Amino acid sequence: MSENTNNILDSLEKSDYKYGFVTDIETETIPRGLSEDVIRLISEKKGEPDWMLERRLKAYRHWLTLKHPNWAHLDIPEIDFQDVIYYAAPKPKKQLNSMDEVDPELKRTFDKLGIPLEEQMALAGVAVDAVMDSVSVKTTFRDTLAEKGIIFCSISEAIKEHPELIKKYLGSVVPYTDNFYAALNAAVFSDGSFCYIPKGVHCPMELSTYFRINAEGTGQFERTLIVADEGSYVSYLEGCTAPQRDENQLHAAVVEIVVERDADVKYSTVQNWYPGDKNGKGGIYNFVTKRGLCREGAHLSWTQVETGSAITWKYPSCVLLGDNSSGEFYSVAMTNNYQQADTGTKMIHIGKNTRSRIVSKGISAGMSQNAYRGMVKVARGADNARNYSQCDSLLIGDKCGAHTFPVINSHNPSAVLEHEATTSKISEDQLFYSRQRGLSTEDAVGMIVNGYAREVLTKLPMEFAVEAQKLLAISLEGSVG
Amino acid sequence: MLKVENLHASVGDKDILKGINLTVKAGEVHAIMGPNGSGKSTLASVLAGNEKFTVTEGKVEFLGKDMLSLSIEERSRMGLFLGFQYPVEIPGVTMANFMKLAVNEQRKARGLEPLSAAEYLRMMREKSAVVELDSKLTSRAVNEGFSGGEKKKNEIFQMAMLDPKLAILDETDSGLDIDALRIVATGVTRLHTPENATVVITHYQRLLDYIVPDFVHVLYKGRIIYSGDKSLALKLEKEGYDWLINDYKEE
Repeated sequence: MSENTNNILDSLEKSDYKYGFVTDIETETIPRGLSEDVIRLISEKKGEPDWMLERRLKAYRHWLTLKHPNWAHLDIPEIDFQDVIYYAAPKPKKQLNSMDEVDPELKRTFDKLGIPLEEQMALAGVAVDAVMDSVSVKTTFRDTLAEKGIIFCSISEAIKEHPELIKKYLGSVVPYTDNFYAALNAAVFSDGSFCYIPKGVHCPMELSTYFRINAEGTGQFERTLIVADEGSYVSYLEGCTAPQRDENQLHAAVVEIVVERDADVKYSTVQNWYPGDKNGKGGIYNFVTKRGLCREGAHLSWTQVETGSAITWKYPSCVLLGDNSSGEFYSVAMTNNYQQADTGTKMIHIGKNTRSRIVSKGISAGMSQNAYRGMVKVARGADNARNYSQCDSLLIGDKCGAHTFPVINSHNPSAVLEHEATTSKISEDQLFYSRQRGLSTEDAVGMIVNGYAREVLTKLPMEFAVEAQKLLAISLEGSVG
Repeated sequence: MLKVENLHASVGDKDILKGINLTVKAGEVHAIMGPNGSGKSTLASVLAGNEKFTVTEGKVEFLGKDMLSLSIEERSRMGLFLGFQYPVEIPGVTMANFMKLAVNEQRKARGLEPLSAAEYLRMMREKSAVVELDSKLTSRAVNEGFSGGEKKKNEIFQMAMLDPKLAILDETDSGLDIDALRIVATGVTRLHTPENATVVITHYQRLLDYIVPDFVHVLYKGRIIYSGDKSLALKLEKEGYDWLINDYKEE
């Protein structure tokens, strides 16, 4: 191996998560461990109605009968579920008076990501009222949404204020019986978002804009429910390119999306949780269940950029129940150092003339392991189902791993399913060529990786595409000058 | 501008360059010729700093600086350009974006502000005209799916964009048809000024009909064994290398 490759490897291995920041947090917590009493306590603290408590308990009792899943290509340390704190009141971030008090390193990262100043302040915990009237911004958003009849609030609020919708839809796509972590989440979910778009309404803004400012204190067991009623449209963005650190190592979120007849939902995720240090110590375990249900003629598109977390276990899926419905999955998953990711999607074709498209781009560096796992299933009645899958892997260095586990399961002879896969490396020649034109090794690697991921990045909402591009480059950044 | 003294370089344990001496002054055009496998492309690569090769001995001075201590990109930013014999493909990165990054890195090194989008577009239009490069190519991924001729034109387009002090063109004429050769060679000639210098590596005299060299060097077995003026190229074309290399063959 040439010196150049060694340098890059070296730099990647030395590259730290530069944006973790720890604030002194005063939290109202309950004792460690999980029991029916703990669940009652959570429900009580949240002031929930009885029916919700009953649902939680039912999920908990079911969870007790389950074993931790071990089929993923992941090396998961044993998790002691009795050593987890299942409820912490929203954490007030330490308030800073001005941007000058923000950790310069963090500020630098924000600048690199190109996050607007106002949002930087909100994210870093600067007392925003002192510098900008974010409250009025939020109010404007809320007014605009309310005018259209769109409900967008926390799931806790929704349980109290829109019980009929919650009863109807919560758990309808991801029931508590679905899997180990879905059951756990259903029992102990802390909070999350609820979004309802009425019939025929085209949501006038990317819900990202609102969400990002509002996103402080997202929980450990997040629960998201999106309902797009007939003929409506919404584009929703979860997460943030900005660094996120959390005291809680275990994260198990559930996202459910109901896409009614002829509705269209675009769900984008940028995940940048703390991945652990360069020796693989610490980091978030991220076990997520995401699924959408498409009725007749409905369309659901998942786009994800995953760069964070020590362990990622996540398969945003589409159940194409209605005839002529379609699903898409676009993913960039990047792992570095000792990160592990097992991610992909399921496309379940049930209705006739259903279509799905999968584009997955894995990037592995350092000692990391990156797996794509996908399932395309065509039910007996799904005449003329179509799927196109493309799974690419890019390796940086020779100590990382890329794995692909595609499963195709077709019960209908009229289905047309295509699968393409490639594995490539950043070549010495590409680096030499780029550097000969004046680019540093880091810039060249960042550019090549972004070129590789372009097809997915272009699916993100515009402002996020730009940030995500920078995020990919930063996540690979090392000490080479 | 460039002073190479007793340069030795190897790849693995194989010595390829065995004592190159070469001096290039501003305003000059040098041609390096020689049979296959004599080390021409290696010389170009080593001068550009390719880490595949190890310099085992010798000195290279570029614009008064010890060039061997500089990284690939530092050499580039000082004004060294290498036209690749086999330009590399970079999927998903448009030519326009690639060059924008490169141009702005070069500007930064010279203490200049990055170009605005409008300035950059204007520059791109102007420079792609130098080699009659189809402007559509700049919105395609770097060298991906380019024909052989397009790749070579694209190298000269990049040279025009980066405006180097010293350009080393490694077999820029190989694989070109007559028309493309004329376009590429004319492009190189138009970029030549009294302030910069060009080193062309070639097998064929026909390129030198357009790019008229001040000096022609013959590289053989890792050394420059003979230098002359442009008439040397004509003689080589007619008589081959045998009359020159016979003395060295037994070595």
